[in-house]
Amino acid sequence: MTLATETTGTKASNEVVRGAFDLDWRDLIRTGAILAAGLVFLSLTGMPEGLDSRVLIDPFLSLGYVSLFWLPLIVGWSVANEKVLEGMAATRKSARDVVAGGVVGAVGGAGLSLLIALISTFDIRDPLVNWNESTQAFLSFQQGTSFGIVACIALCAGLGAFGASLHLMPRKVRRAVVSALLAVVAVAIFESFLVDVADPLSFLYSKTGGLIPLWAVMVGVAALAFTLLGGGDRIGKARSNYQTLTGPAKAKQDTILIVLSVLALIIIPMITGKITQELLANVGIFLLLALGLNIVVGLAGILDLGYVAFFAVGGYTTAVLTSPNRGPDWPEWFPTMPWWGAFLVTLLMAGLVGLFIGAPVIRMRGDYLAIVTLGFGEIIRILFLSDWLNGYFNGAQGITNIPPADFGLFEVKGTDPRSVFYLVLVFAAISIYVSWRLERSRLGRAWMAVREDESVAEAMGINTVNVKLMAFVVGAVLASFAGSVFSAKVGSIFPTSFLILVSIIILVIVIVGGMGNIVGIIVGSVVLVGILGGPKQPGLLAEFSEYKLLIYGALLIWMMLQRPEGLVPNARRSRELHQDEFLQDAWLKGKVDDADENGNGAENGDVAPGLAGGAS
Amino acid sequence: MSHLLEIDSLSVTFGGLHALKDLDFHVDEGEIVGVIGPNGAGKTTFFNMISGMVTPTSGDIRFEGESLVGFDPNQVTQRGIARTFQNVRLFANMTILENVMVSQHCRTKQGIWGSLLNTSGFRKEEQEIREHAEKVLGFFGSRLVGFRLEQPASVLSYANRRRLEIARAMATSPKLILLDEPVAGMNPKESVELTELIGKLRSEWGFTIVLIEHDMNVVRDVSDRVVCLDHGETLAQGSFEEVSNDPAVIEAYLGRPLEKKA
Amino acid sequence: MTTATRVKGAGRTNVDRFLTLLRVFLIGLIVIGLLAFIWQQIDPGNPFARWTHDGEAANRLTADQFQGLVVTGLSQGAMYGLIALGYSMVYGVLGFINFAHGEVFMVAAFTGFIMANKLDDAGYWEGGSFIPAVLFTVLICTLVATLTAVVMERVAYRPLRGSPRLIPLITSIGVSFFIQNAVILLFGPGAKSYPSNPDWLGEKRTFLQLEGTKILVIVVAAISMAGLWYFVERTKTGKAMRAVAEDKEIASLMGINVDRTIVTTFAVGGAMAGIAGILWGLLFRSVIATTGFLPGIKAFTAAVVGGVGNLGGAMAGGVSLGSAEALAPLVLLEPLGVDGVSQLRDAVAFTLLILVLLVKPTGLFGERLSSEDRA
Ligand SMILES: Nc1ncnc2c1ncn2[C@@H]1O[C@H](COP(=O)(O)OP(=O)(O)OP(=O)(O)O)[C@@H](O)[C@H]1O
Ligand SMILES: [Mg+2]
Repeated sequence: MTLATETTGTKASNEVVRGAFDLDWRDLIRTGAILAAGLVFLSLTGMPEGLDSRVLIDPFLSLGYVSLFWLPLIVGWSVANEKVLEGMAATRKSARDVVAGGVVGAVGGAGLSLLIALISTFDIRDPLVNWNESTQAFLSFQQGTSFGIVACIALCAGLGAFGASLHLMPRKVRRAVVSALLAVVAVAIFESFLVDVADPLSFLYSKTGGLIPLWAVMVGVAALAFTLLGGGDRIGKARSNYQTLTGPAKAKQDTILIVLSVLALIIIPMITGKITQELLANVGIFLLLALGLNIVVGLAGILDLGYVAFFAVGGYTTAVLTSPNRGPDWPEWFPTMPWWGAFLVTLLMAGLVGLFIGAPVIRMRGDYLAIVTLGFGEIIRILFLSDWLNGYFNGAQGITNIPPADFGLFEVKGTDPRSVFYLVLVFAAISIYVSWRLERSRLGRAWMAVREDESVAEAMGINTVNVKLMAFVVGAVLASFAGSVFSAKVGSIFPTSFLILVSIIILVIVIVGGMGNIVGIIVGSVVLVGILGGPKQPGLLAEFSEYKLLIYGALLIWMMLQRPEGLVPNARRSRELHQDEFLQDAWLKGKVDDADENGNGAENGDVAPGLAGGAS
Repeated sequence: MSHLLEIDSLSVTFGGLHALKDLDFHVDEGEIVGVIGPNGAGKTTFFNMISGMVTPTSGDIRFEGESLVGFDPNQVTQRGIARTFQNVRLFANMTILENVMVSQHCRTKQGIWGSLLNTSGFRKEEQEIREHAEKVLGFFGSRLVGFRLEQPASVLSYANRRRLEIARAMATSPKLILLDEPVAGMNPKESVELTELIGKLRSEWGFTIVLIEHDMNVVRDVSDRVVCLDHGETLAQGSFEEVSNDPAVIEAYLGRPLEKKA
Repeated sequence: MTTATRVKGAGRTNVDRFLTLLRVFLIGLIVIGLLAFIWQQIDPGNPFARWTHDGEAANRLTADQFQGLVVTGLSQGAMYGLIALGYSMVYGVLGFINFAHGEVFMVAAFTGFIMANKLDDAGYWEGGSFIPAVLFTVLICTLVATLTAVVMERVAYRPLRGSPRLIPLITSIGVSFFIQNAVILLFGPGAKSYPSNPDWLGEKRTFLQLEGTKILVIVVAAISMAGLWYFVERTKTGKAMRAVAEDKEIASLMGINVDRTIVTTFAVGGAMAGIAGILWGLLFRSVIATTGFLPGIKAFTAAVVGGVGNLGGAMAGGVSLGSAEALAPLVLLEPLGVDGVSQLRDAVAFTLLILVLLVKPTGLFGERLSSEDRA
């Protein structure tokens, strides 16, 4: 320690150098123990072992190992990632950090080793389903326990040290290494998607699945070279250029971008196979839902946990109006109509239900509202399921035989996911337009004000009840789009499609993407529904289907703790969430205006604030 | 009976505490009335009551002959009473322009369809809202306009936040403005300037004003009439000189003179 | 002197009118349902009953059935009450709904399942050793639940102190989701059964012919509640808790360690949920990863019904909710001719929540919240 302080003075910059073994041992051991707990937990969930069958690089690496051993890598990185406070001296990155990463990794690995050893000695398979030989064999790389015990410690230590050593590399090298790693993993993981989009690419992969090692190296090298030659920089520069654009130049760029992406979206389904089309259709339906919820949660700040109710109402209304198989109790005169007619009625119905559910809850405190809407979501599902209304909605049997949506020129039906996707695309365009227009209108400003401070908004003449109801109704109508399309797509509809789970997943999409930001919502639905999958719909990584809910939960917690503004933040929203930091930054940059134009405030003392001029 | 605002034996209790007791009060059109009183006298509660944020236990509030009791705050604002807050409550993450634009909500009416179809009515109204906002902000000189328009309200200095609060109240196009300690936290120079502006609010914009203030210089300079509250009751009413020389008022502020203790 | 002169209809909006209608409708439904029930008890073949039951006579509820419903409601309600205490205390102190509190309860029920089975294998879950075995299980469950709640606070909620109030709520939804799915993955998705209770516990006893298990539930809940009341109202830690609930800043100025007090709050709430968990296991003898979800939400409902932050209210709210849930389907809905009423239990619970919030938003016994949460 003393050594560290002595060297400080000699350094020109404000960096402290500390010896390689001058470590904060207690912190390291603690972090290591947490890492160990995480690794053991992950192993016992059975996820890594379950994903082992998915090969990434043909004989060497499976998704299982990646899904477990990313943890020491990241923890190693973050151990060396010291937060430097303004005005404090930073510690100079050195071998010390690598040692720290290694130590933490080793402690974490020791946790796994302990697990391997314990599995052979104790049998507690009774409660813990994954406490078995195959987990043990997986953890010891199929090489026997003693090998496993040593290997786990060594591997985790190595990964931790490697993660930490990323800090030592020059920025450019670091980025190159990281992008090479990510590129290899991504190309391997998205095998089925890539082959589906471009069949010629299948030369990269071996017959049994997984990248061929040679090509894995090639992909890595290509990514490395691309980044080293400044490819990444150029992209970054283009992006920052775009972000600084204003006025007509930006409008022009925006138009070009929008036209390009619409073209891409029209063309992609034409060249891909059914699986990808199905995937895109699912992403689209959840995008519709998320856009609607975004208006309610992101713009108006109302946490609606029963959002699935409107999805259900949309689905059931369309089903009842189009299917010959609706319940027997509907009166004779009750019409059956083509899909587009039913769709219009559905919109009306969703709006009414939105009003009906919205009115009683809208005056409640925000958090009560969340629970009550959740209750409403359940009530609606229970009613659709109940014997009481069985004659209308067929209870658990659901309504089947819903005809495809017929548009004369083409039909939208489940067996043709491409048509569903195009229909969804149209609706998504409408929803995006609606969100975009409303956000920049009188109503949008009122929503913002209500979100910021409801009672002040009220005092400034905003009828908060009406304004919030409006958000509720708009959200409901957008959700019914999705419901309507969903029933035409699936062709049948059951109460189990509308669990609370759906509400929560839509909420996760909105939050992970970035509340109040349309681009964020799109990114969120593509990443989550596209890759992990929806509540029942498989995603690109079908292997994850068993584990995706756990991942959704973890993601929600992590996002709220680390990045509540989402992947693609809305500028205003992130200001709200980081108000203190924002103010501090603004202050450091001298942006906050103090009472500059006036003299010193100390004069205040001269005039007693009380009865200065009067009664005395 | 032609008072703009008339308050009849108004009372409110919080639990056992009588925040206001049998208060009678009135404001005529074009007046500036100062409300003073020691801390906790019930002045802010009085404003909360008028603006509909607190419901009185008994009594009546009439504005232009219409009873306001039972109205929601937005309905009160709609009828022409705007207010500022003692503990400045801006929409901190909205820009300065938006803060003022959003306050014109109750004076404008374009709904969902207008904005979705981008009708000419919608565009015209947006234009008007913006122009009105800039006009209101321009009232405070160059402090809140120009590059400031697009800055979030949270970066403003304390004094400017108070000014923005007043601008926001002005933007609701009220007849009566309630100012809760508008110069609190300002230095003398700033408060002199604001005092002048308060005068202009009446002379140029035609607002009637009720203002709560602890700074007696301000109260003396602008008020036509002063009311002193203590423990929720009116202690004295009249011109500034009358009220400030009233023994009851002096007692309320300074405590009971020593000799009476015996 | 004028008294409050709310001009008739002043300031009423369409939303107000709709809400009045809704209140009248819900209360009317209750009144008509009750009247129909009474009439049906007197004369099952009365015209109204015939009308609502497609021309047939209604079924009269026997005294035994009725008593059964009441006891079920009470024991269920006692558990809701115990869980509700945790919601109520955390809301009182931190001002947010810990959505994951139901999971604490579920974790305890799961622990109970593991313990009970292990003890059963060792032969302790019967005869004379049953009571000590149960006590030991209760102890372990309480400990595990406490630990879960404390870890939850440390990991997920403490870093969020002071952020906008919906943020911790959303986080707690994530926590709930995470714990549920972690339990599914760790212990398998199926329902787990407790070993059967010894016969003497299931027997109907005392002059009211109550089932032993239900008596046990009610008695244990009452004792825990009394203990909690003593802790909060009579001990120094309890006083600190109330002070923090009133105003964190001032409490810390008075030398109270706010962080520690908040941890204590979570711990105590967790312990109560732990006791509820093992009682649940003994009563229903089955637990599944989603066991915590509905009881959790209902317990929150109970807390709101009784008045959030009000501990006695939470217990009373739990008992009212449990009874309403058990009775309303047969006493209110069945006489009105609704089919399959037992499926509507959950709907009844949520409707009660909505009704209470519409009619008396501060709960039946009044809220006790800190000054900043009151607004
Ligand atoms: N919502 C409330 N609940 C309970 N008591 C309240 C509430 N609002 C105000 N009070 C109490 O009413 C009394 C009057 O408060 P008020 O804020 O009106 O005083 P004031 O005259 O504005 O004081 P100051 O000069 O400090 O602003 C105080 O004792 C205050 O504690
Ligand atoms: Mg005040």
